[in-house]
Order: sequence, then structure tokens, then C-alpha cells
Amino acid sequence: MNPISQFFARYQMTHMLILALLLVVILPLSMDIFRLNLVGKYLTYSFVAIGLVLCWGYGGILSLGQGVFFGLGGYCMAMFLKLEASSPENTTIQSTPGIPDFMDWNQITALPWFWEPFHSFGFTLIAIIAVPAIFAFVVAVAMFKRRVGGVYFAIITQAVAAILTILIIGQQGYTGGVNGITDLRTLHGWDIRTDSAKYVLYFVCVACLFGCLFIAKYVINSKLGRLLVAMREREDRVRFSGYDVSAFKIFIFCLAAVFSAIGGAMFALQVGFMSPTFVGIVPSIEMVIFCAVGGRLSILGAVYGTLLVNAAKTSFSESFPELWLFAMGALFIGVVMAFPNGLAGVWSTHIEPRIKARFCKTKTPAALPDTTTNNATTSATDNTANTANTANADTFNTKEHSHAGS
Amino acid sequence: MLAVNKHIEQKDFVLSVEGLTVSFDGFKAVSDLSLYVEEQEIRVIIGPNGAGKTTVLDLICGRTKATEGSIKFKGQELTRMNEHQIVHAGVGRKFQNPSIYEDLTVFENLELSYPKGRGVWGALTFRRDAAVIDKVHEIAEMIFLPDKLDMPAELLSHGQKQWLEIGMLLIQDPELLMLDEPVAGMSVAERQQTAALLQRITKDRSVLVIEHDMQFVADIADRVTVLHQGKVLSEGSMERVQNDPKVIEVYLGH
Repeated sequence: MNPISQFFARYQMTHMLILALLLVVILPLSMDIFRLNLVGKYLTYSFVAIGLVLCWGYGGILSLGQGVFFGLGGYCMAMFLKLEASSPENTTIQSTPGIPDFMDWNQITALPWFWEPFHSFGFTLIAIIAVPAIFAFVVAVAMFKRRVGGVYFAIITQAVAAILTILIIGQQGYTGGVNGITDLRTLHGWDIRTDSAKYVLYFVCVACLFGCLFIAKYVINSKLGRLLVAMREREDRVRFSGYDVSAFKIFIFCLAAVFSAIGGAMFALQVGFMSPTFVGIVPSIEMVIFCAVGGRLSILGAVYGTLLVNAAKTSFSESFPELWLFAMGALFIGVVMAFPNGLAGVWSTHIEPRIKARFCKTKTPAALPDTTTNNATTSATDNTANTANTANADTFNTKEHSHAGS
Repeated sequence: MLAVNKHIEQKDFVLSVEGLTVSFDGFKAVSDLSLYVEEQEIRVIIGPNGAGKTTVLDLICGRTKATEGSIKFKGQELTRMNEHQIVHAGVGRKFQNPSIYEDLTVFENLELSYPKGRGVWGALTFRRDAAVIDKVHEIAEMIFLPDKLDMPAELLSHGQKQWLEIGMLLIQDPELLMLDEPVAGMSVAERQQTAALLQRITKDRSVLVIEHDMQFVADIADRVTVLHQGKVLSEGSMERVQNDPKVIEVYLGH
């Protein structure tokens, strides 16, 4: 029993290690900096997808407005970078030197008050976390304390995304409008547009990603992770077991928002601009698709799903730009109907058992039933292993489908 | 006289419901209902369909908000409290249909009901220590599921799910246990086991049960309250209630 459980503990770790190997070694070695930068950009979306796994996959709270938080994080970072790029020396040709160029074009003559603190990098880093967290908290308290849930919550988050986009576009002088905040150059004098900077930023992004993955894993493994599953199924029972359901929903929604915001900030750094195109309804729904394709119960699946869908998007839309949205819609419907647990589900139901069977045949033929029960006790640990173990139960298919229905 | 009343309310009754009324768009599901449950009493509520039995439990546990009246539990006014606060005060509620977490194992179902780590921070830092494991095993033994702990709860039979939910309440150790049709849909053997289980677990707490099975009611009840159209029709020992002509007319006669 014991060596087997140790094996499983290691096994869950191997999934993380494989991803780390891929992102830290294989991709940087096999790609030029242009492609790697593109991967870095896709990875910033996977922060959002990880948040959605926690919030939607585990907690059952579907948010169609995660772009809002991605955008808030991205704008906070972009504001700092823009201020640095708009030093009086760089902007001598403007009628008011020292303010961002788009403000000058909009006849604004002084830096607005809410831009002022973004001169400080420390403040910016705090704001990247705090602004979306506070905003998510306000939305979540307003919704969950009133027990708004399900479809209504999804619609409201979508409305919030639409409102924020309109606000950003409308307040052109303060936000850069539809073009967003562009032409970001340096971070503390360090040019972020060079190839070497892009390498460094890619690795910073991967490091942040693993930070978020570990936090997400900790949350899923904790009792809170099991409570989220319980809430998704029987909210009333959780409530009548003495838990304040809304507090848990608020927490997980805020955590997902913070993850998204970190992704947004890394996006602004790596891509060099931030615009309302990444805030609105369409990107928010795209994020949900990334998560669904990867498997909404698997944080690692979310990362792979994001990478694959975006890789497909890039190659597909180069040849058929108009068809991409239809292809994406078809992909989403197809995945939800055929593979409700996404790539991670396919992996754990079809691929992993075969690998495991082969492994067990060669090593310990009698151990298979043991591992199943053993794994069930420690379940709610790694979700991939969790689904892998239930895959052995006869009822797995019906269970999977019931997920799809809910 | 007043002083005596007050004395009774505070000392002898765990639960005192007074003048309780709830109306849904003008329809009074429960109207001017008063009910007193003593310490360690097993009270069974019976009545025809639509009499308001489940609504009364909903009102006590905070699922439905009362339009008028008061519900006092050990001197605390429940009508102004949230569901989880009512649970913390010591009221446990079992639903009519087994309400368990099907995606989780039996162990996890019980563990989540263990009264520790109920806040966000508490849940994040909750450790599955020896006390939790021992308690879960103790309860599992009691509800006849000691060998099912690692099984996903969805694979349990209907009766076992009912037991599991009772176990989830027991682990909270409530002072007032409310059970909505605990033996509905059970086989005869399961029913007998459940009766034995209830007799064991009701020793040191008050229990409020809704049940239709008259044999089962006669087996467990200290006192019986008959509801009809949201009002108390009759109250007393099983024998007295069974012989009450009003009760026979609206309920037992059918």
C-alpha cells in the first residue's frame, strides 16, 4: 500500500514536471524568439483558464467576464509602463510633455489623479492584485449574498465585461480608447522589446504560472476544494452543514480574478500593449472555451487547452481568418458534447489507464485494485489522478455526462 | 402566570415556536402555529400532504423566512438568523430526498460535515487529523457504512444514502435534529435498522421527525403533532392522537 501511494504522489507530481519540462526546456530550445513570445502570450491566457477551473469547474460558478480581470491587471501594468515611456524627454513634441501621447491627442493637459500612483512600480504590483480583487469582491458580494447564481450570474458577468469595454473606449482621453495603451518600451530603464528581454519575460511568465498552479493545487487539495465540489452539487446541504456558502463563492471568484489579472499584467509586459479587445465579451468567452477544451476539472489541462486552441487559432486564422470564429464555436460544442471533461478527461479515461495497465502488468500485477481504493481515499488531491481513478468505476460515463448536463 | 410561562419557555423547552405564520403570495402554508419541544423529546409531525410539515422544518432551519411569529431555540431567536448560524446554534436538518455529495466519497461527505474549519481560512488550513478520522469512523460504524468509506457516495443504495445523510448530521452533533421522512423509500429491513439507529442517536438530543409510516411513528414518537392546513389539529401521545375523531377524519381515516 505505502509504496504505491508514494508512487501516486510522485505520479501527480510528474504531470507538473512534464509541463515544466515542456515550458522551460523543450519550447525555448525548439522555437525562435518570435514563436516563444507567442507561446508566452498564450500562457497569459492560461492564467485565466486556471482561474476558471477553480471557479467554474470546481465551484460551478460560470463567469463569462474573466476578460474584465485580465484587462484590469493588464491595464495596471500598461499604465505604469506607459508613464515610464512618456517621460518629458520622450514627449517633447507634445503640447503637454510628460503625459501619455493619447492624452495629449485628446487635449488633456494634466495627468489624471488615478494615473499618478502608477509612477511607482511597487504600487503597480500591488494594484495588479488589489484592483481586480476588490472589483471581483464587490461584484461577488453583490451577487452571491443575494444568492444570484447559475445563468444569471453568467449573464451579469458578461454585462460587466460589456460595460467595462464601453467605458474604456468611451473615455479615450484617460484610457487610450479603442487602441488601448500602446508603445510600451521600458521597465525601470530595461528595454522590454529586445529579444533577450522577451526571453526573460517568458521565463518570468512561466514562473508566475507555476506559482498560480501550485496555489490552485493547494486550494483544490484543501477541504475548500472538496467544499467547492459539494457546493456545485448540493448548495443547500453545504449551507445546512453550517457553512456560509457565499463566503466561499466570493473567495474563489476573487482568487480566479487575481489569477486572471496576473495573466493580464504578464500580457502587457510581453506583448507591449493592452487594449479593450482583451476585456470584452468575446475574449471572455474564448477563455471559457480554452478551459473547457483543456478540461474544466484540471488545472494542467487548462494550460494545455489554452496552448492548443491558440496554436490552432494562429495557424488556422492565418489561412482562413473569417472561418476561425465558426471553427472555435464548433470546437466548443464538439468538446462539450463528446468530451465533457476536455483533454484532461480524454487523457485520464483513455490514455492514462492504458499506460497504467502496462506499468502494473510489468511491475505489480495484483496491485491494481488496491491502487484504486487507495487513490479514492486520497482523492480530491490531484484532479487528474482523481478522474483517472474514477475512470475505473463502472459508472464513470454516466457521471461524466451528468457533469455535462449541469 | 406570565412569570410561569416565561420560566417554562426558558427552562423546559429546547424549541418553542409561537404564532408562526408564513404566506406565499397570500396563501398561508403555515398559519399561527405554536409548537413546543422539550429536551430529549422525540416529536413526530404527521399530517396529510400539503399540511405544511416540511414548511415548518424549512422555517425552523431558516430555509424559508417567516412572515410572522417567533422561533426560539434555547432562548435564541432563529427567525433573524442565517442558515449557517442556525446550524452553529445546534440545529441539524435532514432533507426529504437524500441530499449528499455524490461526487465525493463517503469519507469526504462525513468529513465536510465535521464541525471544524467552517470559514474560508479554516477550510484552507483544515487538516485531516486523527480526531477527524476517528470521528468519521465512529459515525460510519453507527450508520452501517464502515466498509463503504472510500466509495463514491453516488454508488450507495437509496437507503444507504439516507443513512449517510443522517450520519452527516450526527457528526455535527446538533442538539435539535430535524428529519424529513427518514425511512421513505426504504426496504423493511432497512426500515428496522433505521428505527434502531434513530433510537440510539436520539438519546441525548431532541428530535423533530416528519413521517408517514404510522408503525414507525408509533415505534419512536414520544409525542405526535398532527398538522392540517398549516395549523395544529391535534397533539399528544400516539394513542390519543390516533383516537382523536378530527384526526381520523382528515388523515388517518383515509
